[in-house]
Amino acid sequence: MTAQATPGQGAPVDEADAHTLTGRARRWLLRKLPPDKLLPEDQPSYVMSWAYVFGMGAIASLLWIIISGIVLGLNGPQWYHVSSLGSFVNSTHLWSVELFFIFMVVHLWLKFWMAAWRGGRALTWITGVISFVVSIVAAFTGYLLQTNFDSQWIAFEAKDALNAVGVGAWFNVANLGQLFTWHVTLLPLAVGAVVVLHVLLVRVHGVAPPLEAAESDAQLLHSRPEPAEAAEPAEAAEPAEVPASAESSGTQPSGIEPRGAAQ
Amino acid sequence: MTRKSSVSWRKTDDVASRPWTGTVREYDLIKELIIGVVVVGLLVLGVSAIFGSPDEPSVSLKAWATSAPADFVGTAAKELAGTSDSAGYGPPYNSTAGATQNIGPVDLQSLSGVRLPIDTANDFVITPLSTLPSPPTALARWKAATAQQRSDWAAAYSDALAAAPDNDPAKVAAGDYGPVPALTGALLDMARQGSLDGVLPSGGNFYNMDYTRSLLFLGDGGYFPDLAASQHLSGDQWGVMNETGDTPGQSWLWLFSLLYQVEPFKSAPNADALVVVTMLVLTALLALLPFIPGLRSIPRLIPLHRLVWKDYYRNR
Ligand code: HEM
Repeated sequence: MTAQATPGQGAPVDEADAHTLTGRARRWLLRKLPPDKLLPEDQPSYVMSWAYVFGMGAIASLLWIIISGIVLGLNGPQWYHVSSLGSFVNSTHLWSVELFFIFMVVHLWLKFWMAAWRGGRALTWITGVISFVVSIVAAFTGYLLQTNFDSQWIAFEAKDALNAVGVGAWFNVANLGQLFTWHVTLLPLAVGAVVVLHVLLVRVHGVAPPLEAAESDAQLLHSRPEPAEAAEPAEAAEPAEVPASAESSGTQPSGIEPRGAAQ
Repeated sequence: MTRKSSVSWRKTDDVASRPWTGTVREYDLIKELIIGVVVVGLLVLGVSAIFGSPDEPSVSLKAWATSAPADFVGTAAKELAGTSDSAGYGPPYNSTAGATQNIGPVDLQSLSGVRLPIDTANDFVITPLSTLPSPPTALARWKAATAQQRSDWAAAYSDALAAAPDNDPAKVAAGDYGPVPALTGALLDMARQGSLDGVLPSGGNFYNMDYTRSLLFLGDGGYFPDLAASQHLSGDQWGVMNETGDTPGQSWLWLFSLLYQVEPFKSAPNADALVVVTMLVLTALLALLPFIPGLRSIPRLIPLHRLVWKDYYRNR
């Protein structure tokens, strides 16, 4: 490759140059989630607890749900009633779902007790709740697709709740054709999309620090960089930019504007 | 530090809002994922090998007609009389006045209108019998009669069956039942031979994916719900949350099932509507929890987080 006047494809570009919509989208994406933030090689010192494995456990079970579900689906709905291999694959589908929910519920409770929505992470929490709700609907349609006694009875019972709120006319639990579309395509795609968004948001914000973490902690003082805006060499114990009034009245400063400069 | 640690969702200037600038440790996310997938995979294989999964065969109309013929005939008579649960269900199946579950003035159930129309006499009895190679002659008599005459016959027969010893059609007192006993008897034969299972859901079509009719018919009888109750699956036994056998079912529906077991839901005529709306409200509260003062402070007031971040707090 010889040098060119304008950078060719793949050559580094000056991001300030972006002048097309595509370029601006790339600039926005890279600023929000630069590669080393997306796939970092280290984590803050406080990410050293069993509490952090449950989200990953949920992802791992979700992968097994999808794999076993594809095998079941490709063999058709009668397979697992008559073949012992089919029955076993059906069992793995069921149990990866049970594990998925165990991981997810423990994860939910932990994130609650960790108040992990702090510091601009509300959308992470909300996408978590949405993934929980969509997963419940997906599991429900799976129970309805069993084509056995259990699914017959669940359909018979559940129709009343759905009809009572006017949904049953369109989401008909006794219509197997509809259920296949929901359970095999729409809902898995929805769960997958929400989980991807959820995990990307976690990466964008970084893992929430401990609830009582303070500027004076050894682990923060230790390697504190120079303040970005050369402010007064503040007492490290106090956040430099918190107005005194907000402090005394006990309210939070409503600084919701993006803090690009301080990143 | 005397400052109260914040549980606010807002992006401010505190430690939680800023990119972490303190000490870090090496952490390999991809490696964690791979280990997770392997460990969970082994767990799934192990648990599946040990516990398997239940697969109680589905109930057919044939099984119902064979095992509980009196219940079957009694139910068929009710379908003809228009007195079964399905016949009086209301939207989306039919438009029975006053059958819907309202919340105050709000009637969500009626919003869809009759979108899945079901006429129990025709769909469950008359049309299936018409598909027989030689339909019973009673069919012509039924079709020629007025609506009033039909329901009088069917209601009289339905009552007589209820009064008969063991509800046995053979022991019914004499009365003016018109063609009804012949129709229900023919339907029973059709079901016993197994042909009703194919005909009822699809009206005789080759393909079928919609079991609405068969399920409603099954549920109008006593045989199917009794089987469910014997498997601890009925509504007052936490219903949809359970699975046949001892396998855990949808245990995550516990709150939904619980509401049906307690007042004011338990005895409310519109329990379904109330429970669903309550669950929607609770779900919204969960989603919006970071914005709800008080609720979001619970983690600070009950500091279980000190267990999670034990190491961090120890090394402050
Ligand atoms: C499909 C289900 C879910 C998956 C696959 C998933 C996955 C993850 C992963 C991998 C993480 C980062 C690692 C960790 O802290 O565990 C995470 C973080 C998080 N999750 Fe989930 N999650 C799911 C459901 C939920 C639910 C139901 C909630 C709560 C309602 C939730 C709330 C959060 C929050 C607030 C964080 C940020 C944690 C922090 O910054 O410390 N997630 N999730």
